[in-house]
Amino acid sequence: MAEIKMPALGADMVEATLLEWHVGVGDVVHRGDIIATVDTAKSALEVEALQEGRIEALLINPGTTVSVGTVIATMADSVPEVPTVTPSTSGRPASSPLARRRAAELGIDLADVQPSRPGGFIGVQDVEQSRLAAPAVLPKASEQPAAVIPATEGLREVIASLMARSKREIPHYYLQSTVDIEATLARLEQRNASLPIGERILPAALFLWAIARAARSVPEVNGRFDHGFRPAAEVHLGLAVALREGGVIAPAIRDADRLDLPSMMAQMTDLVRRARAGRLRASEMTDSTITATLLGDQGAEVVHGVIYPPQVALVGVGCIVRRPWAVDGMLGIRRVVAVTLAADHRVTDGHRGSQFLQAIALALDEGVDA
Amino acid sequence: MAETMTYREAMRAAIREALQRDECIFLMGEDVGRYGGAFGVSLGLLEEFGPERIRDTPLSEAGFVGAGIGAALAGMRPIVEIMTVNFSLLALDQILNTAATLLHMSGGQFNVPVVIRMTTGGGRQLAAQHSHSLEAYYAHIPGLRVLAPATVEDARTMLWPALLDPDPVIIFEHGSLYNLSAELAPPEEETSLERAIVRRPGTDLTIVTQGGSLPVSLEASERLAREGISAEVIDLRSLRPLDDEAIATSVRRTHRAVVVDEGWRTLGLTAEIAARIAESCFTDLDAPVLRVASVEVPFPYPRHLEQAAMPSLERIIGAAKEVVGQHG
Repeated sequence: MAEIKMPALGADMVEATLLEWHVGVGDVVHRGDIIATVDTAKSALEVEALQEGRIEALLINPGTTVSVGTVIATMADSVPEVPTVTPSTSGRPASSPLARRRAAELGIDLADVQPSRPGGFIGVQDVEQSRLAAPAVLPKASEQPAAVIPATEGLREVIASLMARSKREIPHYYLQSTVDIEATLARLEQRNASLPIGERILPAALFLWAIARAARSVPEVNGRFDHGFRPAAEVHLGLAVALREGGVIAPAIRDADRLDLPSMMAQMTDLVRRARAGRLRASEMTDSTITATLLGDQGAEVVHGVIYPPQVALVGVGCIVRRPWAVDGMLGIRRVVAVTLAADHRVTDGHRGSQFLQAIALALDEGVDA
Repeated sequence: MAETMTYREAMRAAIREALQRDECIFLMGEDVGRYGGAFGVSLGLLEEFGPERIRDTPLSEAGFVGAGIGAALAGMRPIVEIMTVNFSLLALDQILNTAATLLHMSGGQFNVPVVIRMTTGGGRQLAAQHSHSLEAYYAHIPGLRVLAPATVEDARTMLWPALLDPDPVIIFEHGSLYNLSAELAPPEEETSLERAIVRRPGTDLTIVTQGGSLPVSLEASERLAREGISAEVIDLRSLRPLDDEAIATSVRRTHRAVVVDEGWRTLGLTAEIAARIAESCFTDLDAPVLRVASVEVPFPYPRHLEQAAMPSLERIIGAAKEVVGQHG
């Protein structure tokens, strides 16, 4: 609501008498319209409307004398001076460039976002609000998984439910294979020696490459179980990432079997960074066809993991250790790593599982040149 | 050792230091000698340096600015004082077509190392013909360097590097800043003439401003802080060239910008800066860049109308709230 005050129509004017109103209650006035005539000490002068609006109330009667600054009428629906953004004519919701960028990062459709800004367009805060409002939905056994990004607060609950369900429903069996990777690592170190630091390949990337490759050759470990096993046409390799605030998420590296080693390294690094920053896409959270969990240098030697439903296998890679080893019939010290498979016994058995682990071991050596 | 001085005293100290360091430097302009300067900047300098170094000129801007340019061409380093930017228009041809352009037209042979100081701005009821802020006119011209010291420290330290520049430099001193007082410690290192400085860090929006609009912008940011809005305030210091990097770095971080200047809105300084922000920060912007400039009227004489026409505290706060997305 806007107040119309008795204006100072001359530098020395202190009061005036209202002679007549030129508008009535309910009239719409525009800037510059004459709304009243007032009598000052010197002469009769006209009062103009300074804003657009609808007259709500006339507060004094003709014949009344008031000082300059007294509220003489009120107006409703005054239009703000600052221009509002014209609504988009292309059919897309009006939004700021930053909001569009953020929505794309989060996989949020702008049509689902409520604009709250005075300009009537979607700002980045509106996108963030929309993301927090999306609840974390647990996929039921009989449903295809929904596209969700678990909110950090509910992450523990989500993991808990998922792991409990996995242990409840999936008959796990476990295989372990300890692989001598001394020669492989030596060749990797040689490859890295000629590369700038920013391009060097970590052993983790090599493990992922080998797992993705092996999943191609043993398709029974790659896919989803939903009233029977459905093998996947692609290998989207989930990578378990520990979050700083606690909890684990396992976003997917899509088409992992098609990547060369440098690409695998780049994607792995990018995914971990975005996972820890909370900037994953919805598709990355739901697309995995098989998952790997790499414990890294600080981890245990062997991991016996829990399969992420509805997948049918989880590959574990422990920390690389130096162990006494049989080398050419003599005792030597080699760097070895324990590669484990937790698999769904409804789909594979020890024989097939072993073939998968063997395929990984072979692919490790192949991968150094990829 | 820190001492307290006014902006006026700082500029006087800068002129005195320059005259002491280089005998080719001299001050010329209307009333700079016997009167001590229309704004008191050169008070006492005639007595100290004599009439050859502090030269009163006839009442002819085109004439004495031209003479200053001639002196610069001949090897001197004149400081030409034009009483206000309002009168500088009489010398615009000299400044644009000679000072700014001679280097180019002579194929690089003739530099014009003249420094032209002008008082600018309104807010002191000097009415329509004497309250202009025409920095945009000069910042538009290739061949000129245009500076706008807004603090006592900049008034003290920007003159010497300007005099070292072999090409023409225009220095704008807002008339309302002369009485500004501050404690001055000698700066540890010289700040480049081309750098904008963040006078107040913030996170929610960037206010870009210069010269006489800096104090009101800082006050607006204090008021906004009390309401939970953190505004970063950038003092441009140099109007040509503009410090694009400083502006873009800030706006990419805060995502919102308000540009404040006392010139008129249409085709003014604020328009140029808003365009540059849109060019460099498009995908980082969460709201259109808003401008707070003088209302498009000849400057009013009555105090309440003049204040209403200038970029006010209320309008700056209103624009900041608008870009942040707050209603009202």
